[in-house]
Amino acid sequence: MKNLKGKLDFLETMLKIRGFEQKIEELFSKGLLGGTCHLCIGQEASAVGIISQLKKGDKVISSHRGHGHAIAIGCDLSRLFGELLGKEIGYCKGRGGTQHICASEKGFYGTNGITGGGIPIATGLALAAKRDKKKQVIVSMFGDGAINQGTFHESLNMAAIWNLPIIYVCENNLYAMSMHIDKAVKIKELHKRSESYGIHGEVVDGTDVEAIAKIAKKAIERARKNKGPTLLETKSYRYKGHSKSDNRVYRTRREENEWLKKDCISKFETILKQQGQKDKIIKIKSSLEKEINKSFETANQSKFAEDYYSGVR
Amino acid sequence: MKNKIITFREAIRLTLNQILQNDKKAILIGEDIGIYGGAFGVTRGLINKFPDRIIETPISENSFVGVALGAAIGGYKPIVELMFSDFVTLAMDQIVNHAAKISYMYGEQLKAPLIIRLPSGGGRGYGPSHSQSLESWFCHIPGLSVLYPSNPNDARGLLMSATKEKSPVIFFENKLSYDVKGEINENEIINIGKAKTIKEGKDITIISYGRMLSIAEKVSLELGKSDISVEIIDLRTLKPLDEKSIINSVKKTGRVALLVESSPFSSIASEVISLTSNKCFYNLKLPPMKFAALDIPIPSSTRLEKNIYPTTEEIVKKIYDNLST
Repeated sequence: MKNLKGKLDFLETMLKIRGFEQKIEELFSKGLLGGTCHLCIGQEASAVGIISQLKKGDKVISSHRGHGHAIAIGCDLSRLFGELLGKEIGYCKGRGGTQHICASEKGFYGTNGITGGGIPIATGLALAAKRDKKKQVIVSMFGDGAINQGTFHESLNMAAIWNLPIIYVCENNLYAMSMHIDKAVKIKELHKRSESYGIHGEVVDGTDVEAIAKIAKKAIERARKNKGPTLLETKSYRYKGHSKSDNRVYRTRREENEWLKKDCISKFETILKQQGQKDKIIKIKSSLEKEINKSFETANQSKFAEDYYSGVR
Repeated sequence: MKNKIITFREAIRLTLNQILQNDKKAILIGEDIGIYGGAFGVTRGLINKFPDRIIETPISENSFVGVALGAAIGGYKPIVELMFSDFVTLAMDQIVNHAAKISYMYGEQLKAPLIIRLPSGGGRGYGPSHSQSLESWFCHIPGLSVLYPSNPNDARGLLMSATKEKSPVIFFENKLSYDVKGEINENEIINIGKAKTIKEGKDITIISYGRMLSIAEKVSLELGKSDISVEIIDLRTLKPLDEKSIINSVKKTGRVALLVESSPFSSIASEVISLTSNKCFYNLKLPPMKFAALDIPIPSSTRLEKNIYPTTEEIVKKIYDNLST
């Protein structure tokens, strides 16, 4: 697992996620990618802030919007491109695609195509971790849409009664596909649902990577010390539609522009530039552009996956 | 060692005990499986011997099956009990969308050695939401193995084999079988995917599983009085189906009848009839026969319920008439 230390590492990883997803968007617009996908552009700080605080042996289970989580944990870009392109070098041999990316050697136990579907599985991993007594921590990532699924309530309750080492991260981007959170939930602060289960809950500005990292660090330490689970809410916004076929008719361009002003990457870049990091940032950006293009080319030129049956009983 | 005669319930308990003893990573997960011993008393007493290996859950079927799956990919061997097989409907997301596919869709990086035990079937007056036979649902999902033992020894042997699987196993236990006694041989290995010919015959093959086999045996005795010789096959494993044993038998007898407790449409009976119609077409002297429950929800009234399942008399008459024309 990649342990991000310095601030430049935070920025680099956020830029890498955005660059990767912009490339994906481009491939879709050119008709070079099939199926669908869910971009997290605008929410990169949540992935980086949380996952940067994990240690080797810790595990993450992600949602359908999981490219950012996969990259934050250190997945190889050519293998990610490969998975989306249906190539043999893809993490899951082209069988999983965008919503089922797994890189177990990195502690990444999968993006998940069912809203809230990964929450109980993450809870089970936490049960295993607790029984193993290796002080490992599990992170379960999901969106605001998942918190009205039964799995959310059932799992948080079980994690609470068993005192499991798990952090539930609700990435609240305000919309479950087209439904605004205010229409889906009566309460304003989603993290307060933690109180119903008797666990710790906190909210953080989802556009502030450092604030997220700080709050995640504390929650992870608590879990590692056997002090129980936490529900974290990161408040941000997805700039793109729910999936590639979404024209965003349920929200205004004005609202989108307001959120763009708070962009997690631009904000953090400005701070770092003020701290005299301008040259380093230019360098990072240029090397990322090369890395992304090269990774795509490697994947694109590799063999298509053709194995239907291996591992089938 | 002398073979013991025990009930189906005791056979499962004895095997769970053995699994917990042999494999430190084995855990039991379910509702009321501790001091209460499970709704049907199967796990009774195990909590005393393995206090930290029996994980009692709140009533959250979908998520505790998901928790078991998470523990399985995390290196454990969970054996889940769902109180009534009907309640598995609440856990279908975790079984169908996740457990069945987790190894395949993630490129074989994860293994899910998970066993889900389902007390199943009717005949006890429990009514429409506590009596169903849902086994064919699971056979339709690639990635699951489906077992349905009919007697204590098969229950023991198949449960033991299930623990060696690297993918999820759905293990049906008929509620009316729990008190059925039988001899068990603790050294016998019963492989998944192998049917058993429990009686040889030459005129017709009756294929069944679970508690309906006891009816097949009565039918065979009755038909024997009219010199109709019945071969009986106990499928034991519903998926993967032992096609070879089925085909060989039906080619020999030239006639086949399916006897199942579930509703008739899209059932195991339908699948086996499809198989034998295709593979034994030129050997069949009669169209395959299907005996199943009526295609209605299972009524609570015991008077109503008893007439929804095929009876010995009805089956004997139908087979006798068909063979006589």
